[in-house]
Amino acid sequence: MSVLVYTENWDGKFKKLSFELVSYAKQIADRSGTTVTALSIGAVDEAELKKLGNYGADKVLSATDERLNVLINKAYASVIAEAAENEGAQVIIFANNFTGKALSPRVSVKLKAGIASGVNAVPSSYDPFTVSKKVFTGKAFANVVIKSDKKILTLFQNSVEIAETGGDAAVEVFSPALNDADFATKVLDVNKITGKVLLSDADVVVSGGRGMKNADNWAPLEELAAELGAALACSRPVSDEGWRPHEEHVGQTGKIIAPNLYFAMGISGAIQHLGGVSSSKCIVAVNTDKDAPIFESADYGIVGDVQKVLPELITAIREMKAS
Amino acid sequence: MKILVCISNVPDTTTKIRFTDNNTAFDATGVQWIINPWDELALTRALELKEASGEAIEKITVINVGPQTTEPTIRKALAIGADDAVRIDAVPEDAYAVASNLSSYLKDNPYDIILCGIDSSDYNGSLVGGMLAEFLDLPSVSSVSKLDIDGGDIKLNREIDGGSEVLSTVVPFVAIVQKGIAFEPRIPSMRGIMMARKKPLNVVPSGGEAALTEFVSYDLPPAKSACKMVDAENVKELVDLLHNEAKAI
Repeated sequence: MSVLVYTENWDGKFKKLSFELVSYAKQIADRSGTTVTALSIGAVDEAELKKLGNYGADKVLSATDERLNVLINKAYASVIAEAAENEGAQVIIFANNFTGKALSPRVSVKLKAGIASGVNAVPSSYDPFTVSKKVFTGKAFANVVIKSDKKILTLFQNSVEIAETGGDAAVEVFSPALNDADFATKVLDVNKITGKVLLSDADVVVSGGRGMKNADNWAPLEELAAELGAALACSRPVSDEGWRPHEEHVGQTGKIIAPNLYFAMGISGAIQHLGGVSSSKCIVAVNTDKDAPIFESADYGIVGDVQKVLPELITAIREMKAS
Repeated sequence: MKILVCISNVPDTTTKIRFTDNNTAFDATGVQWIINPWDELALTRALELKEASGEAIEKITVINVGPQTTEPTIRKALAIGADDAVRIDAVPEDAYAVASNLSSYLKDNPYDIILCGIDSSDYNGSLVGGMLAEFLDLPSVSSVSKLDIDGGDIKLNREIDGGSEVLSTVVPFVAIVQKGIAFEPRIPSMRGIMMARKKPLNVVPSGGEAALTEFVSYDLPPAKSACKMVDAENVKELVDLLHNEAKAI
């Protein structure tokens, strides 16, 4: 028996998200009296794999066949299911990101394991196995009972504390059976975003709405983001107008995020937008309309014109950093 | 070539979410029901592909797993332009049961391209498309923001954390689509609404496996404390608060 956690890598490196997943797996394993096995797929060096031990992985399986250097859903799901069976995993954990959403449902069917996706806490009960997840785009939480013997959880990012255990993980090579028929999908080209903080990694997010007036007004938002090491985001009208790429759209039909600090600049706060950002730990809103719904969800607010407030905000942050 | 679009019947995205029966059930009182937004985009892209294909794409079918109350939403999909519809007569208890029901129908009624939205705006599972692909042993490409058919070649763009990729795959396959797949959803025309009444909506009995999970109760997020307002003439105070009080910067 064990808890298996799939730890994705980005160009051979793990991220904060990976360590959060292992920390989460460790809490469940401790409570169940079992161990944590992390599974890594793709080329990751031993020193990097060893890092997972520091967050509670007892063992790290490393599958490095070069056909697995790109994500092919069908092939990866077979690899993960095989590892889960070898390890006798009762609980399998994924991130609730694009990769986790791609793979976890396939593994669920392979293992007949019930899934709770987008969970935001450790299970509240282990018998019956009950865990809380976000529903209605963050407008509510559901308590889900998983009835099958094997269980899959996909963890919503920034849900649990990362805890260093100082542990050491044994790294083992894992050579899964690969089936040619699983590789019918091919990756032809990869376009990586470089030189920008990714929305999925960001502790601080600077977001612009219709109140920014037009695409040419984004420079001060970019400057604020650079000052804070923040990622850029936008509301739906902004991406629909083509002022910003749709990858930056946060809200019900875009990305759901939970940073430590979210700046809503010229965003009125339609219910669909709030769903995507309401789990942010601190929300700052600047809007000309004092009755804008965003102020009901914000922690700090300024009624004013974003174009006027932004340069002053940047100056004040620089002064604060300099002092 | 035939395209299937899986649609979910969900509360309008502006719905105020409430629960009933001691927080064990969603309160559907007064709720307007719509096609799940991503499924609507999938349908829109399917129609664009069909129109551009000449005769190559002969049919677009929409399918839903749900009780009879979902039929107005299915009719809307027909009004937007789907050629026919299937409703599998079952209460959608969880993603596993829904995908199992879909797969049991599709094993006897195959399609070349199966489109699912990446998420449903009610229970936010992001699961049915991937599960369906696995039940049918088909390739799946997820977080798809672009889908093109050039002759027999299928080309897709998918978003990954930190970029995007261009992929090819082979029919039959499942594409799990998100924003970008179509610019904006189509709205039914008056003619479309009239025609939708005459289009076939086939009801088939449930034939899937039982659910593996159960949603037992719901909680609303704790009420937010009042927003602390800062004067627009004193932006420095905001930075002080974020630094010293919120400890966020």
